[in-house]
Amino acid sequence: MPLEIRVPTLGESVTEATVAKWLKNPGESVKADEPVVELETDKVTVEVPAPAAGVLSEILVAKGETIGVGGLLGTLGEGGAAAAAAPPKPVPMAEPKLVQAPANGAAPVMMPSAAKLAAESNVTVMTGTGKDGRILKGDVIAALEARANAPAQSIKPHQSRDLAPAEERVPMTRLRRTIALRLKEAQNTAAMLTTFNEIDMTAVMDMRKTFVDQFEKRHGVRLGFMSFFVKACISALKELPAVNAEIDGDDIIYKNHYDIGVAVGTDKGLIVPVIRNADHHSFADLEKAIADFGIRARDGKIKLEELQGGTFTISNGGVYGSLMSTPILNAPQSGILGMHKIEQRPIAVDGKIEIRPMMYVALSYDHRLVDGREAVTFLVRVKEHLEQPQRLLLDI
Amino acid sequence: MSDTYDVIVIGGGPGGYNAANRAGQLKLRTLCIEKRATLGGTCLNIGCIPSKALLHASEAYEDAKHHFAELGVVVQNVAVDLPRMMAHKDKSVDGLTKGVEFLFRKNKVEHAFGTGRLRGPNTVEIVSADGTTRSVTGKAIIIATGSEPMPLPGVTIDEQQIVTSTGALSLSSVPGRMVVIGGGYIGLEMGSVWRRLGTQVTVVEYLDRITPGLDGEVAKHFQRILAKQGMAFKLGSKVTGCEKRNGHVQVTIEPAAGGTPETIECDVVLSSIGRRPYTEGLGLDTVGLSTDNRGRIPVDRHYQTSAKGIYAIGDVIAGPMLAHKAEDEAVAVAEIIAGQAGHVNYDAIPAVVYTAPEVASVGKTEEELKAAGIAFKIGKFPFTANSRARVNASTDGFAKVLADATTDQLLGVHIIGPEAGNMIAEAALAIEFKAAAEDIARTSHAHPTLSEAVRGAAQGVGGWAMQM
Repeated sequence: MPLEIRVPTLGESVTEATVAKWLKNPGESVKADEPVVELETDKVTVEVPAPAAGVLSEILVAKGETIGVGGLLGTLGEGGAAAAAAPPKPVPMAEPKLVQAPANGAAPVMMPSAAKLAAESNVTVMTGTGKDGRILKGDVIAALEARANAPAQSIKPHQSRDLAPAEERVPMTRLRRTIALRLKEAQNTAAMLTTFNEIDMTAVMDMRKTFVDQFEKRHGVRLGFMSFFVKACISALKELPAVNAEIDGDDIIYKNHYDIGVAVGTDKGLIVPVIRNADHHSFADLEKAIADFGIRARDGKIKLEELQGGTFTISNGGVYGSLMSTPILNAPQSGILGMHKIEQRPIAVDGKIEIRPMMYVALSYDHRLVDGREAVTFLVRVKEHLEQPQRLLLDI
Repeated sequence: MSDTYDVIVIGGGPGGYNAANRAGQLKLRTLCIEKRATLGGTCLNIGCIPSKALLHASEAYEDAKHHFAELGVVVQNVAVDLPRMMAHKDKSVDGLTKGVEFLFRKNKVEHAFGTGRLRGPNTVEIVSADGTTRSVTGKAIIIATGSEPMPLPGVTIDEQQIVTSTGALSLSSVPGRMVVIGGGYIGLEMGSVWRRLGTQVTVVEYLDRITPGLDGEVAKHFQRILAKQGMAFKLGSKVTGCEKRNGHVQVTIEPAAGGTPETIECDVVLSSIGRRPYTEGLGLDTVGLSTDNRGRIPVDRHYQTSAKGIYAIGDVIAGPMLAHKAEDEAVAVAEIIAGQAGHVNYDAIPAVVYTAPEVASVGKTEEELKAAGIAFKIGKFPFTANSRARVNASTDGFAKVLADATTDQLLGVHIIGPEAGNMIAEAALAIEFKAAAEDIARTSHAHPTLSEAVRGAAQGVGGWAMQM
């Protein structure tokens, strides 16, 4: 009795995945829960484990192909010897094109002409208008028409250009495509504007220098600057709730929870895991969470649900040496703080020129919702909290 | 003292007895009231069934007399024994009407012989043949009183020489000449029976075509075949009078558009210009009901009349006057009364003319589609290209499939040819399932069978008919 390997539920709003890599070849034996195939989704890479021990008998969706949630990826045969000895089954021509069954296995019945046309045109029709929901040829034709019309409305038809010498064409990963789409979406939707300020980091750096060893000994994590910024932002967000809000149609949704996204660079692209209820976290909790994200992001182990539902984002371009930038909003959020490089610069303090560790900070905000006064005040509050970190202790 | 039922059905025809049986199956206490001395209504007693007995017998006679030789079968002294033919018909009818009684017993349905009359919202009075009456009450009442032949002014029916279909089923001898008034399916079927048995038949039709309602191309082809068989047609003509004289009947006809009258002399006149709903003496007024301009009882989509709890089905309501249409509505109304969802798909009700060849259709005609402005494709397949029809030496006719130009959904199937009545079942099922023409084309059909012609026509819609 072959076991089915299906695409697991991948979290809200994720409906399909691309097969990134099969980790096992047909005929290879796998242990229960051993990863067999790696899927790439809009957001993360997930490994699908074997539902039981056995032998991978059939791969139904090849590398690079896209499949819906619940779709059948392949099958797992029982045991070792018998199944392994069986000759690899030739895949019938039409088979890969067969309509994917929904997760519950109850595929809608297709009329013969509909099944043929759907298989030939590689279109998936899930609902039919025939007797008891049967899928009719007309339903498939309608789906094909919808497919033919859809690109004209959303994306301009793209003419592939020829490659010049010393050029290489590489398909975008799903993550890259998603980043591209989401960033452009944010730019198209929000009235995005950026305000700047600069922070004298002397106080925070002194404090950090004083307590870094004790902190690490006590909490097992190094004290960095990020926790200060998260705390400073939450304090400012509480004072200026519009920056923590979002626009939903004609309404504004104010959020009395502070889920702070922290942008983390990976070799595949930027992802933004979210620290939930960050306002309830201590400095140590925040530092631990951020360190954990960094490690897991590098290994591609961030879970999908950890990327969803942030209310505000902090992006630190300073780690790469950026002096100043205008970050793009993480829609539907209304604010994003850009941190930058700390640089020794001469500034005037009490009428004297002094050399101080300075950081430019930027707040990009959705001007539809956040007024200039609020945005500037927000940044000033962040500046004050960092220049006088004892404010964080006293909550002023 | 009145008896109380869940359902009272007035009429024991295909609508009535099926409604009663279905109600009985659904555990409703049911009474079926029938005016005739036997159950089965027009269909079993004086309609579908006896006419088919005579059609089959007369076709066998004609085959033996004229077609067997072609197949190398030589029979001599082929003759008609009309009394025996009628006896066979009567025996078949008798067996089938008793079959309905058996089904009533099986489904615990009571029946009463007598005339049912509405006497208020829940009350029906049964007047027996001997004049005694009794009252019964029912939570639901189903009117299934059927229809009767439409009378024609100037034509007085005696059921001997001037007959309706009823008399035409029981003529005591084969008439020399017969005039059939009305070129619909009843006239053509009964005309065919008597023509085969030796009568010279002339069909007079008011319209300039026969079988109104059938696909025009099919009707034209049908008329040509019937004419070849020896039936005469006077189209675009109306009958203005019938006069019995010297044992014959003088039928006066004149062009429908007006003009010089002419007289045809014949021995028997069959008036078959159509049927009308039968509601005479039903007491509709006692429950505040009235009929529409064509004598039909208006109902909603649950077959309920404007009087709550009183339903009507079959020939007394709108729609084609067909036994199986009444039967479908019977099942639906019983299920609706039992709280279920009843269903009749009026786009998938087949109609058959049981002549030779038969004519059968389901769905829309070419004319209807054009009138509705629906873009469609046509596939046709002649029986001359069907191997089974060829070996049977019965190649008249064709199958015609009409499908939506965009979705390929079947819209109509029309067959004129041998066994068309049986073959239309496939098309009705396909239309019921909203199949595409291609679905029939891709469904395996046994070879060699006549049904391959239907598949061929379906393939023809897609432009890939394989055998022509």
